[in-house]
Amino acid sequence: MKNFIVTPAPHAHSGDSVRKNMLLVIIALLPAYVVSVIEFGWGALITAAISVAACVLTEWLISRYLLKEQRQTIGDFSAVLTGLLLAFNLPSNIDWWIVVVGAIVAIGVGKMTFGGLGQNPFNPALVGRVFLLISFPVQMTTWPLPKGFATSYLDAETGATPLYYLKHMVKTGDLSVMNQLPELRDAFFGVMGGSLGEVCALALIFGGLLLIITRVITWHIPVSIIATVALFAWIGTPEGMESGQYVAYELLSGGLMLGAFFMATDFVTSPMTAWGKIIFGVGIGFIMMVIRTWGAYPEGMSFAILIMNACVPLLNKLRPQRFGEKKK
Amino acid sequence: MKTFHIGGVHPRDNKQFSAHQPIVECPLPKQAIIPLVQHIGAPAQAVVEVGAKVKVGELLAKAGGFVSANICSPVSGTVIKIGDWTDAWGAPGQAIFIDVEGDEWLPEIDRTPDLARQCTLEPKAIIDKIAAAGIVGLGGACFPTHVKLLPPPGKKAEVLIVNGVECEPYLTCDHQLMLEHGEEIMIGIKILMKALGVQRAIIGIENNKKDAIEHMQKLAQSNLGIEVLPLRLKYPQGGEKQLIDACIGRQVPSGALPIEVGAVVDNVATIFAIYEAVQKNKPLISRVMTVTGRHVAKPGNYLVRFGTPIEEVIAQAGGVPADTGKIIGGGPMMGRAMDHVENMPANKRLSGLLFLPEAESVRKEEENCIRCGKCVQACPMGLEPYLLSRLSELEMWEELEKHDIMDCIDCGCCVFTCPAHRRLLDGIRPGKAKVGAILRERAAAAAAEKK
Repeated sequence: MKNFIVTPAPHAHSGDSVRKNMLLVIIALLPAYVVSVIEFGWGALITAAISVAACVLTEWLISRYLLKEQRQTIGDFSAVLTGLLLAFNLPSNIDWWIVVVGAIVAIGVGKMTFGGLGQNPFNPALVGRVFLLISFPVQMTTWPLPKGFATSYLDAETGATPLYYLKHMVKTGDLSVMNQLPELRDAFFGVMGGSLGEVCALALIFGGLLLIITRVITWHIPVSIIATVALFAWIGTPEGMESGQYVAYELLSGGLMLGAFFMATDFVTSPMTAWGKIIFGVGIGFIMMVIRTWGAYPEGMSFAILIMNACVPLLNKLRPQRFGEKKK
Repeated sequence: MKTFHIGGVHPRDNKQFSAHQPIVECPLPKQAIIPLVQHIGAPAQAVVEVGAKVKVGELLAKAGGFVSANICSPVSGTVIKIGDWTDAWGAPGQAIFIDVEGDEWLPEIDRTPDLARQCTLEPKAIIDKIAAAGIVGLGGACFPTHVKLLPPPGKKAEVLIVNGVECEPYLTCDHQLMLEHGEEIMIGIKILMKALGVQRAIIGIENNKKDAIEHMQKLAQSNLGIEVLPLRLKYPQGGEKQLIDACIGRQVPSGALPIEVGAVVDNVATIFAIYEAVQKNKPLISRVMTVTGRHVAKPGNYLVRFGTPIEEVIAQAGGVPADTGKIIGGGPMMGRAMDHVENMPANKRLSGLLFLPEAESVRKEEENCIRCGKCVQACPMGLEPYLLSRLSELEMWEELEKHDIMDCIDCGCCVFTCPAHRRLLDGIRPGKAKVGAILRERAAAAAAEKK
């Protein structure tokens, strides 16, 4: 009498895996990364390489020697993704050891202390970034100008980002710096100063759409963030400036597109249900605009996402629409 | 094209192995094993004794309660034993063992293939005939059909929904039945419409069976009130509540029966059985089973008398493939893996046998939940599988009840879709059983207090 394998149903699987999802996000980030390398040259290559290597190594060391896990999780590529996202959020000319510190904080504090993948309440890459922003404010807010491989890694020519000028205009009503803003077209294609991976809206939107089409993420979070920011900017347009133009600058500068498509949509730290995701996105857009408009920092995307990350357990109390609840 | 509105997944349908294979009759066994539980509800009670000679169609066991079903003899011969028997999943029960002698049928059964179109019976008589024939839902749930046809007081059926969806991957028995016995099914539908007093019937068929849709549409043209509705492919469309939603856009509320929204659902195989019982006096003694799998020599659709050991059915299909790791009774989404094939008969509950190669039989190792929410998106009942599974592990019964665990239909969409290969249902099933027991206790206590 032959005995066969017995397991409970179902006996079929979609073939989806954690690794596949992580790889798809990494692939979706590549167009933006290519633009970054073209804009920032060696700095983009070096910073990303260090960040990814440091994140993977940190996870492996902690898992192997501190937690003494039997099975190592670096093969799921989530640490690679965190490393890449951390690098995307750093100026490309930042000192290599600062990147390493950021990576250790991101993976060590942001992820592994909570029990590894799936357990962390906050987006690890942003934990690392905000730690660096508070610890090394000067280095973290000195952005190289986009000069391609003409930029040397460490002593690059630096300059203010569009967000600095926008804030100046909103706060003081002084529109004389308006000519310092990049052309809208340049902002769209990424020819402007900023963190390594955030400059090219076009490439980021392209990557984001790829994620939506492949069903890695849903539309709810990016759309609600972008819509909220656009609405806020429309209402809060400084006097003397055209609304459409101001909205476009707010949408295309800083970490908005990167944050909306790639950081806020992190599986682990975003809500489960459609309505939860929409409220989450609206919250991020609103908090970010409050910081951009009145806060001490020119950019508020990281803080906005982290604050809303903290609300996720609460947002998960929102139920999905149950079958049979619909009115007849 | 219509479909249901919440959740659902798209497994590969894998019907190509046995699709369009003509129905082949399986030879009679030497000995038949007739389990007394082949339906949901109370076990049937044997009315024959050891040594009795029985004919095909004779009553062997009568319904053991309101929700129960008769069992009629699928073979002729001598009853040699009535006693303990264990099914292929290890569940103990009772069965009647019959040594088969010849193939002698009760005289009133019409065995000719001629169509019997006229039905002059009153609704009550139709339902009585269905009950006598021991007909249960052949789509999988095995709920006694006559019970469904007696709506509770104050409720009225408006529409009969005919389930020709066959959403389980691999299975093709209903598809083939529609192609070969469409006319009988049409007559069966009209009989049911009469029994229910409804003017409208909708046959829901998924779009991966285009020939069945066309065939049934052609037949429906000459039948007033019967329409064929092609449905967009999505699992679990054959679930009763999902099918009603897809066909008439009404959602049966939590805990309620389809009659709440005026619908009665029956599977095409059940309706074929109703035709045979009412028009041909033939009780439910056989069904079409799909025997299939990637490496099965002769995958196909077999007409099998109940009681036939499945080993003999498997032999018809060319035997157990060498690399088989798992044998599933039913389809891959909701079917149950069998430990062994010995001493297991074909019966009302078994819609098919699926042989999975070893490589597809082992579940992948679980990883951490990444909270992606894909299980929530996939759940056709709008539940939160990740949460139910966790709450079950923590034995938080009250929370489980609040989160509507009793609405779970066991369809497997959450496990199917989970990228971390979490075995969510392994947690949810025991939780559902426990909460169900608590609810029953509470209801009993409330009833006792009333007294």
